[in-house]
Amino acid sequence: MYGFLIAVGVVLLLSIVWMVYRIQTLVSVVKGSDKKVATGSNKVNAFLFLVFLVAIGGLMFWYSIKEFHNYQLPIASEHGVVTDNLFWVTMAVTGIVFIITHILLFIFPYKYQYKEDRKATFYPENNKLEVIWTVVPAIVLAILVITGWMAWSDITAPAPEKAHVVEIMGYQFAWDIRYPGQDNVLGDYDYRLTSAVNPMGVDFTDQNSVDDFPSPVVVIPKGEPVLFKIRARDVLHSVFAPHMRLKMDAVPGMPTRFWFVPTKTTAEMRAELNDPEFVYEIACTEICGRGHNSMRRVIEVVEPEEYQKWLTEQKTFLQMNPALAEGIEVEVKEVAEIQ
Amino acid sequence: MATASVATHDTAHDHHDHEHHDNFVTKYIFSTDHKMIGKQFLLTGIFWALIGGLLSVLFRLQLGFPDMNLEWLRPLLGGWITETGQLDQTFYLALVTMHGTIMVFFVLTAGLSGTFSNFLIPLQIGARDMASGFMNMLSYWFFFISSVIMFISLFIKTGPAGGGWVVYPPLSALEQAIPGSGLGMTLWLIAMTFFIASSLLGGINYITTVINLRTKGMSFSRLPLTIWAFFLTAVIGLLSFPVLFAAALLLVFDRSFGTSFYLSDIYIGGEALPNTGGSPVLYQHLFWFLGHPEVYIVLLPALGITSEVIATNSRKPIFGYKAMIISMLGITILSFIVWAHHMFVSGMNPFLGSIFMFLTLIIAIPSAVKVFNYLTTLWRGNLIFTPAMLFSIGLVSFFISGGLTGIFLGNSAIDIQLHDTYFVVAHFHLVMGSASFFGLVAGVYHWFPKMFGRMMDARLGYVHFWLTFVGVYMVFFPMHYIGIAGFPRRYYSWTGFEFSNMYTDLNMFVSVAAIITFAAQFIFLFNFFYSMYRGRKATQNPWRSNTLEWTTPIHPGHGNWPGEIPTVYRWPYDYSKPGAKEDFIPQTVPLSATPESNLPHEQELVKLELEIMKEESEALVANEAKES
Repeated sequence: MYGFLIAVGVVLLLSIVWMVYRIQTLVSVVKGSDKKVATGSNKVNAFLFLVFLVAIGGLMFWYSIKEFHNYQLPIASEHGVVTDNLFWVTMAVTGIVFIITHILLFIFPYKYQYKEDRKATFYPENNKLEVIWTVVPAIVLAILVITGWMAWSDITAPAPEKAHVVEIMGYQFAWDIRYPGQDNVLGDYDYRLTSAVNPMGVDFTDQNSVDDFPSPVVVIPKGEPVLFKIRARDVLHSVFAPHMRLKMDAVPGMPTRFWFVPTKTTAEMRAELNDPEFVYEIACTEICGRGHNSMRRVIEVVEPEEYQKWLTEQKTFLQMNPALAEGIEVEVKEVAEIQ
Repeated sequence: MATASVATHDTAHDHHDHEHHDNFVTKYIFSTDHKMIGKQFLLTGIFWALIGGLLSVLFRLQLGFPDMNLEWLRPLLGGWITETGQLDQTFYLALVTMHGTIMVFFVLTAGLSGTFSNFLIPLQIGARDMASGFMNMLSYWFFFISSVIMFISLFIKTGPAGGGWVVYPPLSALEQAIPGSGLGMTLWLIAMTFFIASSLLGGINYITTVINLRTKGMSFSRLPLTIWAFFLTAVIGLLSFPVLFAAALLLVFDRSFGTSFYLSDIYIGGEALPNTGGSPVLYQHLFWFLGHPEVYIVLLPALGITSEVIATNSRKPIFGYKAMIISMLGITILSFIVWAHHMFVSGMNPFLGSIFMFLTLIIAIPSAVKVFNYLTTLWRGNLIFTPAMLFSIGLVSFFISGGLTGIFLGNSAIDIQLHDTYFVVAHFHLVMGSASFFGLVAGVYHWFPKMFGRMMDARLGYVHFWLTFVGVYMVFFPMHYIGIAGFPRRYYSWTGFEFSNMYTDLNMFVSVAAIITFAAQFIFLFNFFYSMYRGRKATQNPWRSNTLEWTTPIHPGHGNWPGEIPTVYRWPYDYSKPGAKEDFIPQTVPLSATPESNLPHEQELVKLELEIMKEESEALVANEAKES
């Protein structure tokens, strides 16, 4: 019944709109306004551009200022300060251009709207102007590019040798984390060794893997360089740690890396934000299938001493599951027998 | 007067007017008339725009109202609505993927370039038709087959392709990874193969026609900017689409024939695959070698249309005609060497990232020049706000807003944080999506009288414009905030993360704005179809424009001009010339007929022009004598 009433209402509404449309068309025919170059609507449209400029422009600025603390994520890495600086410098430069060009774009329609007694200015070219607005943007862009390039070179430079290594492996739909242990060298891996008990495909015949250990949380020390060694097991993923301003794709068959220096411990950030629940997070930013939006891991930034202590408390893969080593030994024995 | 002399030629050359007696099939279906093919592209493009828009409304419902019970959509989506009344997660990804594919290729490439290159190139350069009408027909029908296949893929059981419109392998190569990578992806690849064939057939035709079939006097320096834009677009397409074809072909091999171009070291579904040595990054390079020029394939025609519409309705010559051409040439060339800025954090060598950052920011310069030239064209004009003009001004606004955010994303250091977040979504929807869409709509409003001999209703056009213009900003501007806050793209829901569990209100706002904007397009649809049959009858030159298409009859037949093709004597932008009686001088008016408004250097050309005209009429008389 309600459905029927709604349908009747919609039909009535549409027919009213239709009537209004027909009437205004007929009126404009009677008035002869279809013969005119520009009707009264021209003034209305010209005025609406001004209204748009003030209303929408005002809305944008009001919201940008009001929400600043909400969309501006706190920074927790050294290079994050640099890239955020670049971001806001670029915002200032482009913001000025945005404002000036839009004021002109919307004021001109109002100011130069059609008038029967006026003729437009025949002004086909001015090479001096063209040169100016080629060269000035070129210089401004050059400055932005060069500062960006210097930052990019620093960020992507090889990691310091003493950097703490953490391996992050993406798969559908989670991240696995491996630490290199005391030697700070990760053992070899081979995707063919992957199994339910060895999800990262670690090669335990490699001496370096003996002290490797897994962790459910990425624990890293504050103020010291950390190197993420990133890989994927099935499809593309991308490690994104928003507070660290860190992002790098995880590619099957091609290990990638990203190093950075965290600047604030989780505890410090909690105090700063006055949010006892705060944690640093890792998300996936390369579409990887059904669970793309659920690849969460927590990063815990701690003081270096605490980190050292934590390292010694961890159990290695082999301690947790001695069977891993046994299986390998059997295979090695078999190979030896064949030879 | 030129018009008079043309008229006498007409009567003498009636036999040039080929009488075609088309039946329904050859006129409306397998037509070789460029005007009909243009309309076919337009109608198919509108159909796809509706589908693409509808898909976006569906996923905006999920993003804006994640708790809403979508049971009422079950008649449409069937099993894709879960038992709890939610949108299926995999289907969400398929929606995003198909929205992108449809909008980029089927609407803004075929619907825009296909429509207006076909419709306008012969009319504006003074040609009877395209260089090859048959190839042109094939171009449409390949596109049609492609459309049918892509459309079918929406309805199959495993769903359409779901790996994002870029279909990166291994996700798109492995059926185990996502159900859409099964039959849906196969259909996607087949459809795209037909689409590429269609684009190439069309592109070859556009280029050949512009180079070879220009009428007498229509030198490259007198071409309207629309034609320059279509010409360069076709060149870009011709050079880049084959690379997409190569990328797709290798993907087909990897999917079906066990090769390892893109696959390596993969353990999935409990087994290690035998593929080694491939590189997913190779696919990304190949894809973006098309993918980035594609942005300009979509954008340049819109900029061309805008140049024409703004000049006509400002009653002023376009400012910096040569600078506009040079900047389009610059964009064309640079568009091929910036592709890897989509891959700064793909794991490629960071040194490559530095190079591409420099090249990318160079492309901002010609874009800036174009914006300043548009602004100066408006300056001291006599602006008439036809719906086409409104949409063109809207385009310039989007081009600025979206272009400026490109400066952030082109900077690799800043891109680390913004890559694959909603900031990118906001950026390209403004600069490429909305700007090109506005160009398309402006073109329809402007050339509707030429297409159907009737006018579209202007008032409905105004309402359509203001709703859409405000709507688009309300949809895409808030996405910048969401992006700066780090919200990743292609997320079904963000509530699983603490950094992104806010902005539910803003997402709701965006969704409501998107639905209203989508609904506003039905005003346009009504206007379009109603005016086609019942609109006010158009006059021959309703916008008092200079270009050649307005010298054809109101309903041009196959062959466009009933008599001789008119000769061109001047550039297309003689609006409001000092001394002239009217505020426009069509390209067919000889300089010798307008001594009162000629500029000094034009006065010198008059002598040359008179000589040529004299020789011509002598030749004509001689011919006629021979014939009789």
